[in-house]
Amino acid sequence: MYNKGTIITGLVIFVVLFTSPFVLGLVTSGPPPEPELTAKAKQAKQCVEVKEFMVESHMQLLDDWRNEAVREGKRTYVATDGKPYTVSLQNTCMECHSNKSKFCDQCHNYAGVDPYCWQCHIAPKEKS
Amino acid sequence: MGVWVSFFAVIVLIVIPWVGAQGAGQYLFGIVIPYVAVLVFILGFVYRATKWAKTPVPFKIPTTGGQMKSLPWIKSNPLDNPSNNAGVIARMALEVLAFRSLFRNSKLELREGPKLDYASNKWLWIAALAFHYTFLVVFIRHFRLFMEPVPGFVGLLESVDGFMEVGLPRLMMSSLILLLAALYLFLRRVAVPQLRYISLAADYFPLFLIIGLVSSGILMRYFIRVDITSVKELIMGLVSFRPTVPEGIGVIFFIHLFLLSVLIAYFPFSKLMHAGGVFFSPTRNLPNDNRVKRHINPWNYPVKVHTYSEYEDDFREKMKEVGLPVEKE
Ligand code: HEC
Ligand code: HEC
Ligand code: HEC
Repeated sequence: MYNKGTIITGLVIFVVLFTSPFVLGLVTSGPPPEPELTAKAKQAKQCVEVKEFMVESHMQLLDDWRNEAVREGKRTYVATDGKPYTVSLQNTCMECHSNKSKFCDQCHNYAGVDPYCWQCHIAPKEKS
Repeated sequence: MGVWVSFFAVIVLIVIPWVGAQGAGQYLFGIVIPYVAVLVFILGFVYRATKWAKTPVPFKIPTTGGQMKSLPWIKSNPLDNPSNNAGVIARMALEVLAFRSLFRNSKLELREGPKLDYASNKWLWIAALAFHYTFLVVFIRHFRLFMEPVPGFVGLLESVDGFMEVGLPRLMMSSLILLLAALYLFLRRVAVPQLRYISLAADYFPLFLIIGLVSSGILMRYFIRVDITSVKELIMGLVSFRPTVPEGIGVIFFIHLFLLSVLIAYFPFSKLMHAGGVFFSPTRNLPNDNRVKRHINPWNYPVKVHTYSEYEDDFREKMKEVGLPVEKE
């Protein structure tokens, strides 16, 4: 083999880089998040839409809400089961899910997303 | 021909997990195949690289694009024809990071006259840069799914990538550019007759595979959503060797994961190995010091030599007799 030193160093770097997630995973893997429901949400029993839809597509629902409210002035949303909701991030979602840090943030930190909504919208005050 | 073969091969690769990733099949597509693919990728890569490394280098190849270092009053080109290792590293870095040889791509045309015309052609270079760099960005963004806690630079990259704040989840520019660049690289092969002529199934297949992979990712992020929290749970299970398959992940995820598994398992045995191969390019990794350093042919065997002075020793008397000049009396 020619340039043995360089080539072996290169290959070692390659292998270390591509196996590092597995090594790190062994050391630092946390459990999946468990979003906590508030007493108010528990009482309501269900979310705006079915749970599966909310988990997968709540951001798309929020996007639709935002466009409908801001662009079309439509401020009531009728859910699939016929129940009407006021279109509002702060007054509807965060009213039931007033424990943002134990609910929204739990998942978002795990999935590494940081919604920019709170630059303008006011997050609910939490007693801790 | 090659186009259609590769196209249908990728369609089949999409249909397989679509049909198979149900019930227990999810263990196959979510755990077994990804593990095998990663193993094949790493071992295959090392195997190909060591095989190349073992190939003898008979002589340095100085067919480089610049004047070599010679007499002090001849201006040399230290980047294109380096005479030492520093120059080689600079040349290699420019090639790997900026695709310098694609930058030099030129177009040859026969114009009226008849006149032969060379023109600079930067489209391939631009598309290749866009393709590779957005691919890197997309790859790094995926770290949020296989690292816990998520490292800070991933969030930083996302906020730059998504700063247009279009839609929710917000549009990542890199995904769009990556798809467009890959489509360009494909269209270029079918639209230019000379390129179509030299393109084989092995050229189209990786392109279709990547286009399929990127499209399934875009579909999954913006249109057919899946539960990202469960997806991360699955991936974290893989990287911490405690594999689990959470309930209720949509089939589009398994299609995406299967296309990725095929891509990385195919990687070491295909043209995609240019990622490692570029470092083995003789015209890029050898300093042009042929006349400075002696290069011994690696497969030289000891040659029995008979020097002139020995020859003269053998025949001195006879040479003198016929009047031939001799060096030693
Ligand atoms: C009436 C109270 C109420 C409102 C308003 C409400 N939710 Fe919910 N939400 C709930 C309840 C109750 C659940 C648990 C549902 C279940 O477990 O079936 C839930 C579940 C969820 C989940 C899934 C959490 C999990 O456990 O995985 C998400 C995400 C969510 N809500 C987001 C939202 C968003 C975004 C809004 C505003 C568009 C909203 N919710 C408005 C009561 C509410
Ligand atoms: C630049 C500041 C800003 C940011 C960032 C922002 N919003 Fe808003 N949003 C507004 C304003 C202003 C309104 C209009 C309030 C009204 O008319 O009641 C609004 C209205 C809305 C509404 C409908 C009305 C209501 O009371 O909630 C929704 C839903 C909404 N935004 C969701 C979001 C989401 C989700 C995000 C994050 C992805 C977000 N917004 C980020 C400023 C912002
Ligand atoms: C079950 C876990 C979970 C819960 C609970 C949850 N989210 Fe999310 N949310 C996610 C995931 C995962 C994403 C990222 C999706 C992606 O990247 O495709 C996300 C993305 C978003 C986004 C889009 C961010 C962006 O920049 O693209 C918004 C806005 C959002 N969530 C709002 C909320 C709000 C408001 C709540 C609380 C009422 C909430 N979410 C609760 C999991 C959750």
